[in-house]
Amino acid sequence: MTLDVRRPLRPDDPDRPAREGELASLVTTGGGRRRRLTSGLVVRWLLLLLATVAFAYPLVWLVSASLKPKAQVFDNRLVPETVQWSNFVTVWDAGPVLQWLMNSGLVSLMAAATVTLSSALVAFGFAYFRFRLRGALFGLVLATMMLPGAVTMIPVYLIWNRLGFVDTQVPLWAGNLFGSAFYIFLMRQFFLGVPRELFEAARIDGCSNLGLFRRIALPLCRPALIIVFIFELQASWSDLMKPLIYLQTEEYYTMPRGLKQIVDSFALSGQYNWEIAMAATLVATVPMIIVFAFGQRYFLEGLATQAKQG
Amino acid sequence: MMRLRLTDRRGSALQRREARAGYLFISPWVFGFLALTAGPMVVSLYLSFTDYSLVNETHQVGLENYRQLFEDPRVGKSLANTFVYAAMFVPLGIVVALGLALLLLRLGRFSGFFRTVFYLPVMTPGVAAGAMFLLLLNGQRGLLNDVLGWFGITGPNWTTDPAWLKPSLAVVSLWTMGGSIIIYLAALNNVPKQLYEAALLDGAGPVRRFVSVTLPMISGALFFTVITHTIGAMQMFDQAFTMYYGPQQGATASDESLVYMVYLFQNAFQYFRMGFASALAWVLFAIILVITVVQVRVGNRFVYYEGGSTR
Repeated sequence: MTLDVRRPLRPDDPDRPAREGELASLVTTGGGRRRRLTSGLVVRWLLLLLATVAFAYPLVWLVSASLKPKAQVFDNRLVPETVQWSNFVTVWDAGPVLQWLMNSGLVSLMAAATVTLSSALVAFGFAYFRFRLRGALFGLVLATMMLPGAVTMIPVYLIWNRLGFVDTQVPLWAGNLFGSAFYIFLMRQFFLGVPRELFEAARIDGCSNLGLFRRIALPLCRPALIIVFIFELQASWSDLMKPLIYLQTEEYYTMPRGLKQIVDSFALSGQYNWEIAMAATLVATVPMIIVFAFGQRYFLEGLATQAKQG
Repeated sequence: MMRLRLTDRRGSALQRREARAGYLFISPWVFGFLALTAGPMVVSLYLSFTDYSLVNETHQVGLENYRQLFEDPRVGKSLANTFVYAAMFVPLGIVVALGLALLLLRLGRFSGFFRTVFYLPVMTPGVAAGAMFLLLLNGQRGLLNDVLGWFGITGPNWTTDPAWLKPSLAVVSLWTMGGSIIIYLAALNNVPKQLYEAALLDGAGPVRRFVSVTLPMISGALFFTVITHTIGAMQMFDQAFTMYYGPQQGATASDESLVYMVYLFQNAFQYFRMGFASALAWVLFAIILVITVVQVRVGNRFVYYEGGSTR
């Protein structure tokens, strides 16, 4: 059975994809029945509740653990008996934490901005212009997605080393100036969705190629730009490997690299100040939770588009 | 005749201009590909036949690195660990994610809340998740074993008992797999409703409907996540390195938690055996390539594409 996508679907059309919620009764229990409080429904909500606790509780527990005195970290009570705010002061003193946060912020913003712009340029090149090697080169773009980073890791390190950029933050984002295969793929899909007539009309009005990109493609594909931007923001913020490889001076660390150092140093000294480690973990996580709060629509949308490409 | 040739030539001039513009637009990627992918690949392959160490004089050693690779017990161990971890995480992750996506299908307006809850852990940096779970999985006093205790189950020493180090890594990964739930949910929502109605008319029960309608219709999304999860699992690093490779463990760290990328990283940037590490990288590439090709071959027999093509 094939769907003709060009035919507009009316709400009562049998070919219309089911809306969220409509399907469930058909997928699982009897179809078309009215929703009653069946035992199946109860089980489902119980399972959902259980899953919610399993997914959310660790983060809630993290907040609570970060506020406990040392002796209570492991009592696993949600509300600390005594709230010890000073844990965060101790984290502050455990290293240049504010510096780490700012480094992470700066690196992530640079990484996200460069990769968004460069991937958009390249994606537009592949989507709009016709040239002989287009198919072959785009195949190459897709092929690089499969290459494990480990293969290029050492030579790329040697390049940055030769250029004198080891122990600076440049290697953490500068590679993004050249675009990234997955994002190029994602944005190309968006650009292909823009009607070609729009570009032709602008061209007749005297628009240059760069103008087509800047005035038509980019504004129309803003959701794609935002998706790529915040995906890379998150990926770059979370990265541990590159800071481990490139950064030696503590002042240049990013927050994850700093967090690793804090956790290690407590273990090394035999002190196991887990409450401090948890406070530092929270500090490293909260900025991303804030990003998610603002960008969740785009995160979820971005993942949904992946499904359609899959 | 004259006019035809004229338009022909004008057309090709236009085409040439368009092609030039196209190459210009993709030039950042082409440069990046040459300088940061293709070039380094060649260098990496070359290094894998040397004893390059960043400091000492470099010699060509032929296949020595590759021979050592087979003899080094830690290579085999780390590879086996990585496979075991992937074999636990990939199927479990897919079953759990699909189960949760199916549960979410029912809920119309609540689904936004749950999607947020399930996706939130993905935002936690790997280091942070690793550090957290080091405590949550603590054998004596950790939360997970507390909960298991309510049901009369004595939980294992997740983070210290060698047998449980890989399952503990899989638990952390399961906690951060919210992305596939969202992907499955989108795929499930795209299944045409009338397929279920038709199946219902044919008297198909819920299991039959799931197997014969739902699974084939979302097989594209399933296939996509199987491949990406496997490739990701083969390269797992952050959590393993955070949980089990601090200075405290040092040489005493149990090799049961040694995953391939950690050993590769140690060789390259802690022991500075860069030639050997390059060989390790190429072997990883070959393994991932073989696994992916097999998965694509097998997958193509089961994946249903609407209209019979990929796109």
